[in-house]
This record gives sequence, structure tokens and C-alpha cells, in this order.
Amino acid sequence: MMNVLSAYREGRLTIYLHGELDHHEVRESMAAIDRLLDTYLPRDCVLDLTDLRFMDSSGIALILRLYRRMKERSGRAWIENARQQPLRVIDASGIERLVRVTAGEEARP
Amino acid sequence: MRGKTDCSNYIKLEFPSKSANEHFARSAVAAFAAQLDPTMDELGDVKTAVSEAVTNAIVHAYPEEMGLVFLRARIIHGDTLELTIKDRGRGIPDVKQAMEPLYSTGGEDRSGMGFTIMESFMDKLQVRSRPGKGTTVTMKRQIRRRR
Repeated sequence: MMNVLSAYREGRLTIYLHGELDHHEVRESMAAIDRLLDTYLPRDCVLDLTDLRFMDSSGIALILRLYRRMKERSGRAWIENARQQPLRVIDASGIERLVRVTAGEEARP
Repeated sequence: MRGKTDCSNYIKLEFPSKSANEHFARSAVAAFAAQLDPTMDELGDVKTAVSEAVTNAIVHAYPEEMGLVFLRARIIHGDTLELTIKDRGRGIPDVKQAMEPLYSTGGEDRSGMGFTIMESFMDKLQVRSRPGKGTTVTMKRQIRRRR
């Protein structure tokens, strides 16, 4: 099960992903994020992964889509509080070259 | 390598190519692998690799129809988890190309990173495919004994 929650303040939209993100869930999560971006038109978008327990390469597709959509409108996007497992997938994908990523406390050495 | 592999335990699963089964497949393998006392990182890597292989079968082997996915997990040589994910789907015409990073025939919800992740998270990855017959992915990961 995936949940997409959000908070908006002064041009910054924070999107919280809760649960496990895989191919089964990704389409709906992407649609939810699209709706949020269309509603708030944020300048900055933070993807907060504190409560994302698992993601596979579907998560990479979601992050790339968010990055592209923010870039289209000259906005910025980055990732905060990634846990260890999502962090390893992010590392293997090489997307930190495009998107800044910070690890959650549990995943810090 | 032919002949008998020293296998001390195994599970076999068979399920239809419904995406709702991706979660089940990786959780079942994680529960089976627990007897090797893996670290959280090792368990996460194995779950991710299973998720990628099963998703490939669901998305690419059976793009239009439902089909069966066969998953076998074995413990070999006492400390190695071997996973086999097999389908009888349409097969991959060019395995080498399919395994290149970012190569994808999927839609916008696919990243083309599936094989790259399987390769970097497992010690060994072998993909055999015959167009029209199906694909078999075999992966191995040694689970190191902790002191």
C-alpha cells in the first residue's frame, strides 16, 4: 500500500511517500504527484522518503518524472530522509547526478 | 554447471502475472531467506532484485494477456541464495540490449534500470530467453555469516 501526502508552504511543496513503491503502485502515485504539482505550481518540491519502507526501479521512474516536471517550469526538486533500502536503489541508478539526495538518520553511517 | 547442486532447502511459487503479486513475491523470498540470517542490507538487496525480475515478467513477458510466473528460491552451498524467475511469455529478442542501463520498452512508469539493479545487488545474474518461448532469470547472492 502506498500513500501520497503533502504540505505546501511559501512556494515549497513537500510530498511524503508512505509504504512500498513498486510497479503495482507507481502509476497511481505518479498521478497523485501530477495533481499536486498542477494544483500548487510550486517553485521547489521536496520528496520526503522518511516513511518509504521499500522502493524498486519504479521509484527511480517516479523521481525522474518529478525532476523533469519541475525542471520544465524552472523549479527545483530534491529528496530528503531516504532510508537505507531506497538509498541503495538510488545509488545504483546514478540519479544523484540529477537530483540531490539526503539520507534519513537511520541510513547515515 | 550440470549435475547435482548441493541444495539444503527450497521453495517454489507459481502465480498469475498480476502486479499485486510483486509485493507477495519479494516478501515470500525475504521470509525464506531469513534462515540465512541476512543483514538488513542483504535482505533489502534480495527483495529489490526479486521485485525487478518479477516486474519484468509481468510487464514484458505477458504484455497483453495473463500468464504464469514461476519463482524458485534455493539455499545452495549452505550460504547462498539462488533465485530463479521463469515465465513462458514472449521472450526477449536481444538480451544484451535489454540489459543495458536505461534501455526500456516500457512506458513512462518504467526507468529501464531493472537489470542494472539486479546486476549490482546480486553476485551473479544470468538471463536466458527464447523469443516466443519465455525467459528465465537466475540470480545468486551469498549471505555472509556474521560473527
